[in-house]
Amino acid sequence: MVTTLLQWTFDALLGLVLLWLAWRSLASTDLFKSIVLFIAFGLLMALAWARLDAPDIAIAEAAIGAGLTGALLLGALARLRAVVNEEGVTPQQQPLLRRFPVWLPAILLLWVAAGLAYVVAALPPYAVGLSAQVAANLDASGVSNPVTAVLLNFRAYDTLLEMVVLLLALLAVWSLDIPLAGVAAAPGLILDTLSRQLVPILILVAAYLLWVGAHAPGGAFQAGSVLGAAGVLLLLTGWRLPPRLEGLPLRMILVAGPGVFVAIAVLTTLTSGQLLQYPPVQAGLLIVILETVATVSIGVTLAALFFGSPPRGKQHQ
Amino acid sequence: MTLSDYSAAVLLLAGAFFFLAGTLGLLRFPDVYTRLHALTKADNVGLGLIVLGLAVQAQSWAAAGKLVLIWLLVLLAGASVSHLVARAALHRGVRWWRR
Repeated sequence: MVTTLLQWTFDALLGLVLLWLAWRSLASTDLFKSIVLFIAFGLLMALAWARLDAPDIAIAEAAIGAGLTGALLLGALARLRAVVNEEGVTPQQQPLLRRFPVWLPAILLLWVAAGLAYVVAALPPYAVGLSAQVAANLDASGVSNPVTAVLLNFRAYDTLLEMVVLLLALLAVWSLDIPLAGVAAAPGLILDTLSRQLVPILILVAAYLLWVGAHAPGGAFQAGSVLGAAGVLLLLTGWRLPPRLEGLPLRMILVAGPGVFVAIAVLTTLTSGQLLQYPPVQAGLLIVILETVATVSIGVTLAALFFGSPPRGKQHQ
Repeated sequence: MTLSDYSAAVLLLAGAFFFLAGTLGLLRFPDVYTRLHALTKADNVGLGLIVLGLAVQAQSWAAAGKLVLIWLLVLLAGASVSHLVARAALHRGVRWWRR
């Protein structure tokens, strides 16, 4: 009885702090403070996912939602300051409350909240869900972690679309082409040592997450985001891709993830008539191939997203 | 409650106390350098005690080893990042607090 009361208190406190962090992040005028509060929000959201017994999503939220998105937002703020300082204006977020009449967003929010409350109250007390069917077909899927089985076998089509969306996001950022400024040419001793120690560990952790995703929480997106974090750390020390790898090899790695996925989709459609229907004997092997290529591709895509500008081709030199 | 439960509870509470002290330092100290000092030291010790408390109740030596590895990584990253933040603040001209 006491433990459930403690759990309820913890969950209620977590929910309230999440709401409060979201409010403070939106309502503060200092953009840097907003970004830091957003990162803290992402970390507490990972805690909420862990409380909901979803460790895969918790890892992905902590790595991508809090970590990498925070780095991307800080990079955007740096670029914004660099652009705006030329005009002599300081970037400032308009506090949300002053722009609209107060009652308009309040009424909209109340409406949405009432709709959500009705939907949640109308849910059956015990959710039926699909876990029974997933468990029944887990042996034929090639892996023993149900989340990985759903992501990379039963609903592989959604993962294929996600990877293409990530590539499209990178293309959009490349088309904007705002370079990352303000990085010293030679990193200080501490940053140098930190990156030398951490990057091999990060690569090892990414490989471990990739391997362990077959039977425990982990998987391609989590491993790819850890690789992306290693790339961001390298970029912050001033490291750049060697020029002979900037052209075709970089683009081949970026496209490899979605490309291999599409190739496997075409192959399975031709051999079995159904899109992404893996033969049960080779399902494990196919998933391993897909996950490995996806991890490398996602990692390089996320690092390239942080860097922001496309590699200069030979004609620019 | 067995002995390992009691010792884990004591260690976890001690770690939480250190985290509380570090957060109090973050809120109450006058400038960024003293805040970094309080935060890094107290949080490292606090995390070490919490990791010890969890390792006492871990299911296997591998799990306990992974917990200790997490603590070592946080030590490395925390110390380096606090140094970088202090150096950036110094370059920006943030003066340290004098009485």
